[in-house]
Amino acid sequence: MNQMTKQKPAKKAVQKPKAATSVKAPVRLKEHIVEIISDSGEGAQKCGQSLGAIAAQMGNGIWTTEIIPAEIRPPARSVAGASGNRIRIGSGYITNGGDETDMVVAFNEQVLLGRVRAKELKPGCTILLEDMWRTHADPKIVASYIETHDALVKAGYKVIEIPMERECRTMVADPRRGKNMYALGMLCYIYSLELKLAVDQIVLAFGKKDQSVVDSNIMLLEAGHKWAAANLDFCYSIPAVRSTEPQLVVNGNTSLALGVLASGMEICAMYPITPATSASHYLSEVFEKVGGMVHQAEDEIAACAFAIGASYAGKCTVTITSGPGYSLKQEAIGLAVMGEIPLVVVNVQRGGPSTGQPTKMEQGDLMTAIFGSHGDAPKVVMAPGTIEECFYSIITARKIAETFNMVVVVLTDAALATSQQPFPRPQFNESWMAPPVDQSPVPAGAKPYDWDDTTGLARRFIPGQPGGMHTLTGLAHDRDSHVAYDAEINEQTLRFRSLKLAALQKTLKAPKVFGDPKGDLLVVGWGSTKGAIEEAVEMLRAEGKKVSSLHLQFLQPMAPGIKEILQGFKKVMTVESNWSDRPDDKIIDESNRRYSSMAILLRSRFLIDIDCFSEVKGQPIKPGTIRRVMLEKLKK
Amino acid sequence: MNMMSDMNSATACLLQMTDEHFQLEDYQSGVPRWCTGCGDNAILAAVQRLCRDEALRPEKTVFVSGIGCSSRFPHYMKTYGFHGIHGRALPVAEGVKMARPDLTVFVNTGDGDCTSIGAAHWIHAIRYNMNLTVFLHDNQIYGLTKKQASPTSPIGTKSNTTPRGSYLEALNPLTVTLGVQNVSFVAQAADWIPEVLFDIVKAAYHHRGLSFVRIIQRCPEWLPKALDPWMHDPNKVLLLNHANGLQASAGLSRVYKNQIEHDPLNIDRAREIASDTETIPVGILYNNPAVPCYEDLRQSDKLRTADLTRAGLNAELDKYTVWPQGAEQKVA
Repeated sequence: MNQMTKQKPAKKAVQKPKAATSVKAPVRLKEHIVEIISDSGEGAQKCGQSLGAIAAQMGNGIWTTEIIPAEIRPPARSVAGASGNRIRIGSGYITNGGDETDMVVAFNEQVLLGRVRAKELKPGCTILLEDMWRTHADPKIVASYIETHDALVKAGYKVIEIPMERECRTMVADPRRGKNMYALGMLCYIYSLELKLAVDQIVLAFGKKDQSVVDSNIMLLEAGHKWAAANLDFCYSIPAVRSTEPQLVVNGNTSLALGVLASGMEICAMYPITPATSASHYLSEVFEKVGGMVHQAEDEIAACAFAIGASYAGKCTVTITSGPGYSLKQEAIGLAVMGEIPLVVVNVQRGGPSTGQPTKMEQGDLMTAIFGSHGDAPKVVMAPGTIEECFYSIITARKIAETFNMVVVVLTDAALATSQQPFPRPQFNESWMAPPVDQSPVPAGAKPYDWDDTTGLARRFIPGQPGGMHTLTGLAHDRDSHVAYDAEINEQTLRFRSLKLAALQKTLKAPKVFGDPKGDLLVVGWGSTKGAIEEAVEMLRAEGKKVSSLHLQFLQPMAPGIKEILQGFKKVMTVESNWSDRPDDKIIDESNRRYSSMAILLRSRFLIDIDCFSEVKGQPIKPGTIRRVMLEKLKK
Repeated sequence: MNMMSDMNSATACLLQMTDEHFQLEDYQSGVPRWCTGCGDNAILAAVQRLCRDEALRPEKTVFVSGIGCSSRFPHYMKTYGFHGIHGRALPVAEGVKMARPDLTVFVNTGDGDCTSIGAAHWIHAIRYNMNLTVFLHDNQIYGLTKKQASPTSPIGTKSNTTPRGSYLEALNPLTVTLGVQNVSFVAQAADWIPEVLFDIVKAAYHHRGLSFVRIIQRCPEWLPKALDPWMHDPNKVLLLNHANGLQASAGLSRVYKNQIEHDPLNIDRAREIASDTETIPVGILYNNPAVPCYEDLRQSDKLRTADLTRAGLNAELDKYTVWPQGAEQKVA
């Protein structure tokens, strides 16, 4: 009763200051990290995505990261159930998710607690907390809310209780639908973003439904904005320069799918697996419009075999999967290697081994990608390091697959898959596409595997080509594709298939060093760690340290010129998100320490004593962590 | 004048195409390395004859196989062939057919390849019902790996992994296939009755959809006597006749008197016949041409030209583009 009476004046207080709002000068920031979290299904993800898109339209650099619970419907108000989005907004170009969060909007205190325990929040950061739980009918919930609230305040967080539910209820019957837009309105005020851009986002998202949904969402958006203006004693501005070029804002999986479309590939064979599936979802819809098909096979092996069949018949095909699926495909990949069938395999890496952590990022499959499948099965392995590279790497992969008749593995990960970062809108180029299927007659006497002695390359005969009839086989075979019973032939053909990697390597350019080409410490990375590594290098260089980084996109074969780069530095280390033994563990020493994947590869290839730092927490490694590790390495 | 000669050569080419004849030699490649008396030889002869009779263009014909004795089949055909990995012939063939519906695709698979390691693909291939002609070379034993019991080995079969006799009742490929939704063609042949074998191979080829032909074949090396009871007693073979199926010839009827009329559209009766393990039914158990083919359902009506790709890509990019102020929608 007491609480109820308390509530009413609060409501009025909301209305009153509207007229009396004094314009607060926004505090100028270089960048800020904000996250919006709720139970799943409450729309925090949508709110975050919209905020990111609005900031990008304002010209800010952004990097958004999805916060995804492992289950479809975790119990409401559970510590492990946080669902939402984390947006890093900056004045300049943003290359990664950054360090700890500066501000949180939380729809309940339990999901917030999960983030606090995961050490994702900056100590003392601002928390905008839904206050409906303080007056909840269930005394247990009330107690839990108060306990958490008080503990956070005591721990030094700046907790601001927000009556989102109550305010929304004055306008709509079910605040579960639309509360996220109220939060978006508040955030637009806090970050001095144009409200009109948010209205545009709502029209874009709900425009197809009906006008009443659009109207109600806009009403909540504006209400959130007004409430924040009237009741918050702070606001920020992150100066932005609008880009002069159109920018694309998509996540890594959408970028991959767009790359598949742009590469001219018409068939994607897949089996559902987290976190890869959303790329295929997107393609399924696009192919309906543009022509092409996504084949959801009965299993991962069938998906790979189907892709191999289609590629063999002349249409280079992609299969998209993640760790467990990638393991299942190994025998089929070996067949494509042996038969020299072009094939693009995407592995959106997740935590492993086994089922591991399906929704979390890891870079644990590099060795499997390079050495997977029994026997010597040379294949090309590439790893895009940015959302933009996800798009272009697929186009390159298709081209290499068809030029060299090889399997090309593209490694991304759960972090790239779900993050968004604007990049210049691609301009379609016809040369990205595969030429039409060759159906010209094969010259008399030509052989299906007429390997070139220098490059190992052979022209491939495609079904339909008169005179090219032969049986492709996974058995060792000679130039006629006849089964080779002669041990000599087996060794020769191993050589030819291996030479193709060297032939490709000769066409690659030396990678560019980020920073000076010589110095005290070089950090080598691959894949999604690119932005964080480069940011750490930038910070340390600004502090006068002689550090640089090298990011490898081609992991097999490795580009020429790497050894010379490594030799320009006193110390070299890799930073990776796959396991390496900790040197300070009691029984770990130089004779038994297992290094991170890239470190092993570089050490064995270049005979240089390369150290590694790895963190396998299912989250992208933070630039602050890398900076600290680099400083320690410099001191050693 | 030039145009005339072009037209003439085009016409000549067309005439040549319709007039093309092939000999058996046009489909023969290498010397089969199967054992003397192996049923695979009979299947090869029937299929080569089919190719000749139907004048299948060798370059437009693909035989896809898995691993095992039977899966050596493509090597002995002078067409395109794909000798892949154990159990995966069907998904490979599906990929070929989806990418290139213009190709005629056959699948050769053994009892181990199809009903054991590749069983999942078998079930789903029936359900996809793509226009493939599938031959299950069923000799009820693993041959290439030297005599292990297969799922279709009769209970009690002595093998290297079941020295006291196999423990389980044999899997029946006919009832399994007939139990899958979308099944459209199921037939059974026996290698020692080449006349019916050929007729069934031919009917299977002409069926549009997945035609599943189980061919019971002898393995003279590992199970030389296993089929003797059926070979030596023609009454233990049941010939299936129907106006919409096959009709036993007079010559055949003199030997095989055990015959019934069976309408290949009657799936319930087909399942009953398939369940009989005392006699070997030979003929077409089920044939329903009305079941849609997956490749028809999934084939796009759009030819993916560069222009279509550009337009499609740009339409997608538009959804996610942040435009510089005043420059909206100006990208070509």
